Amino acid sequence: MNIDYLVEMANDIGNYFTSEPQREEAINGILNHIQRFWEDRMQKQIVDYLDEGGEELSPMVKEAVSRLKNSLVEAK
Amino acid sequence: MQSISDKDYGTPRVDSTTKVKVNIDGTSVEVPEGTSVIRAATQAGINIPKLCATDMLEPFGSCRLCLVEIEGVKGYPASCTTPVKQGMKITTQNGKLAKLRRDVMELYISDHPLDCLTCDANGHCELQDMAGVVGLRDVRYGYEGDNHLQLEKDESNPYFNFDPAKCIVCSRCVRACNEVQGTFALTIQSRGFESKVSASQDQSFMDSECVSCGACVQACPTATLSEKSISKLGQAEHSVVTTCAYCGVGCSFKAEIKGNTVVRMVPNKDGHANHGHSCVKGRFAFGYTTHKDRITKPMIRNSIKDPWKEVSWDEAINYAASEFKRIQSEHGVNSIGGITSSRCTNEETFLVQKLVRAAFGNNNVDTCARVCHSPTGYGLKQTLGESAGTQDFDSVMESDVIMIIGANPSEAHPVFASQMKRRIRQGAGLIVIDPRSIGMVKSPHINADFHLKLLPGTNVALITALAHVVVTENLISEDYIKERCEWDSYLKWKAFVSQERHSPEATVSTTGVPAELVRGAASLYGSANNGAIYYGLGVTEHSQGSTMVMGIANLAMATANLGRKGVGVNPLRGQNNVQGSCDMGSFPHEFAGYRHVSDDSVRAMFEEAWKVELKSRPGLRIPNMFEASLDGSFKGIYIQGEDIAQSDPDTKHVQAALEAMECIVVQDIFMNETANYAHVFLPGSTFLEKDGTFTNAERRISPVRKVMPPKCGYADWEVTCMLSNALGYAMNYTHPSEIMDEIARLTPTFTGVTYKKLDKLGSIQWPCNDKAPNGTPIMHEETFVRGKGKFLLTEYVPSHEKVNAKYPLILTTGRILSQYNVGSQTRRTANVAWHDEDIVEIHPNDAEERGVETGDWIGITSRSGETVLRATVTDLVQPGVVYTTFHFPESGANVVTSNHSDWATNCPEYKVTAVQVAKVTNPSDWQKRHQEFTSLQKELLGKRETVTE
Ligand code: SF4
Ligand code: SF4
Ligand code: SF4
Ligand code: FES
Repeated sequence: MNIDYLVEMANDIGNYFTSEPQREEAINGILNHIQRFWEDRMQKQIVDYLDEGGEELSPMVKEAVSRLKNSLVEAK
Repeated sequence: MQSISDKDYGTPRVDSTTKVKVNIDGTSVEVPEGTSVIRAATQAGINIPKLCATDMLEPFGSCRLCLVEIEGVKGYPASCTTPVKQGMKITTQNGKLAKLRRDVMELYISDHPLDCLTCDANGHCELQDMAGVVGLRDVRYGYEGDNHLQLEKDESNPYFNFDPAKCIVCSRCVRACNEVQGTFALTIQSRGFESKVSASQDQSFMDSECVSCGACVQACPTATLSEKSISKLGQAEHSVVTTCAYCGVGCSFKAEIKGNTVVRMVPNKDGHANHGHSCVKGRFAFGYTTHKDRITKPMIRNSIKDPWKEVSWDEAINYAASEFKRIQSEHGVNSIGGITSSRCTNEETFLVQKLVRAAFGNNNVDTCARVCHSPTGYGLKQTLGESAGTQDFDSVMESDVIMIIGANPSEAHPVFASQMKRRIRQGAGLIVIDPRSIGMVKSPHINADFHLKLLPGTNVALITALAHVVVTENLISEDYIKERCEWDSYLKWKAFVSQERHSPEATVSTTGVPAELVRGAASLYGSANNGAIYYGLGVTEHSQGSTMVMGIANLAMATANLGRKGVGVNPLRGQNNVQGSCDMGSFPHEFAGYRHVSDDSVRAMFEEAWKVELKSRPGLRIPNMFEASLDGSFKGIYIQGEDIAQSDPDTKHVQAALEAMECIVVQDIFMNETANYAHVFLPGSTFLEKDGTFTNAERRISPVRKVMPPKCGYADWEVTCMLSNALGYAMNYTHPSEIMDEIARLTPTFTGVTYKKLDKLGSIQWPCNDKAPNGTPIMHEETFVRGKGKFLLTEYVPSHEKVNAKYPLILTTGRILSQYNVGSQTRRTANVAWHDEDIVEIHPNDAEERGVETGDWIGITSRSGETVLRATVTDLVQPGVVYTTFHFPESGANVVTSNHSDWATNCPEYKVTAVQVAKVTNPSDWQKRHQEFTSLQKELLGKRETVTE
């Protein structure tokens, strides 16, 4: 899929959580949202994007996507 | 004229627990206190003659036909205006009363054309009936004197005529327009002999303020106001109760039939959502069901450049199935999906998602609610625990303050708007939050206390500012919160909204709403005994849609406005079955009843019932399907009753995605925009041609009943079964009731729903189960569905769609009363008399700057595309904002809308697009291409090879 589209979606989720005072809770919120609502090829693609540097992802989203990667690895 | 099967009780029902016993003609009868004598008599089986009274309306007491004698009371009181009193002794028939009544009738008849045999109302005319009942045998006064027989007929309305020669000036029509509809379009002009019914300033009905709801036509006891369809077809012979297939109000109707022809649709007085009222769409705009454009034979083609070929059902279904199988074997199991329809029945929707999950073997199913109310589902589930509105419509009659946010009820939910208006006329406060001056802001006898005319896209900033006032001015109900909500989440929210940056003074630069208005509105809502919020797509169709829904729920929880009558958070659903299609498991991440596909125990239950292994990971949403199509990993789709090529945003992008697919199967009643890209066309059936249920905005499940055989031979649910069987997954239902039984077995909120119970109760609001065997009008009464209500933070994140020098205006979109959604139904009815093209509203300042005048063609350019529409200059919109509807495909309103969407649900941001407008003389390039493509597709359809079966 068009990676810009996925990056915008991921960052939009991240933006919602910016007012969450506890960073940990915010990151888990982003992770949980992606896990519950994104189809596998989208999850995989955003993880690949992070592996390539993930420049456009906001810091909290980066963290969430790296945790997503771990969970995908574990699921395998 | 009322429905042929209605009994008229003379005055409305009274709900009182105190009972009063009276004696009528020797029969003892007990009725609620406040009931009229005429109603009590009718309940006892005694019919008192009447003309000006009807149970739709408050009594008026003008005709003097319903006179009775009451022991101990002087004279002959009118039974319609006299309430019963304990122990009353009433005589309804004797010689004196008979004479008085005959005299009254004689006067009426002396000024009435005696063409009963050829009159439209013949057989169902109350005047004719009364003449018979009172035994009128001759009329002493001839026609030589002054009379009204030569008055001219008004045939301007496409659906009904007004023949003043037949009018008895009973004023039922005037009262219906005032009391039932709330439009106040009719008056009785002059007095005495000169008095006559007049629309607006003595105009024709079409030129008047009349919105063609038909309430007056239904109320009229004579043929003065009567449907043109009766004139053409004659009276119907029987009626069937069914549910309107247009908007989310879900009005109940009696379809009056003659053979297989619908003569007219009469709103059902026993309908729980509409209580006998309707709008112009439901009552009159059913002509599309028999329109010549209906496609009734299945068709296939290899490529969208080929002409269509009519084939047998078998061939079409087998072709579709073999293509889907081929694609899956070449591109993987996840390369196909399906879209369920919010216009189809619950049972049909349930089957389509079952087909995707069980027969396709993936979770790539979505529904058009994606593009309208998906944020409602998300936001309310997160905060309250259930993805649905909290009240029944009748609850509004106990509201003290009504807040309408981003909804336009008088255009989009007209029957509920009439009910709301009734409550506001009784004194309820009104707050409107909308960028535009919608009809509810100011209408006869209604003036909103506050209209917060915010800039599109700033809802969240405004709701948080309202919360800021409620919290800082201590209008919160901490006791309620302590008992009902998560205290920690409340404290966090309180700290958040209390920040100075959320104050009305700090947010005015964002929202454009003066701080004192925000403060006033917040105090009005916050201090109301019962405050109710109603909202629409102006809340959800934003990149912050879900956040806004949460903000609304937060505000209602903080002020204890949830869990009883008169309060609540109520999404006004667009299409008839949006609620139902969501309930039925149409989203790619959840099964029926909003349970996530990753929940092992739920999945196991479905696997057991469906005898198939199901996927535990979420599937693609509609916009994701488009993206996947463009990257080559999604190749086939089954679309039931939706027109995504017209209704979804960024049309060029959608078209490219559709063109990239290898097998598109469209099931619809007409060739629509999406069908132009299809390879298989399966003809659909209308709501009149099948059995099933719809669920309206109040969670009300109502019956849809077949009144004629499907024109194409099969109801939509049967076609889905055939497709599933061809794919190798057996579906062998013989009637939709069996599908409902399966839904009930698998969905905790539907456990108690059966067709039998629906027939008995008329309609049922889910949850309906052991705890609530007759359904649940009000949700969250004792506790919230999620246990404790959860406050969530609502940071305002501005849209990506920003105005700048190149695109300085914001385009926002909406609906109009006479048209429905993509318009494929209403455009094929006489409703085009009111609206035959989409128009852009532009503020006088913006128009002047650009030299635009009303009637000019203007080009609207956004970052996505360009289209051309006609302009109207009006201050209904504010400077900087332009507004249009989206009912006509050639308008290309969605060519300009962007690809941005709600962060949580991908609901498109239809309501905010940065644009520039300029006067032009030619259609846009897109429109030219669209016109060429449409003509080509029409030609391919026209050239189709036909089969005769
Ligand atoms: S038009 Fe019909 S309802 Fe109205 S005043 Fe005349 S007879 Fe009565
Ligand atoms: S059709 Fe409706 S709006 Fe029009 S005059 Fe009759 S009651 Fe009023
Ligand atoms: S369109 Fe809506 S308001 Fe109008 S009749 Fe149908 S359900 Fe009722
Ligand atoms: S019906 Fe009672 S006065 Fe007309």
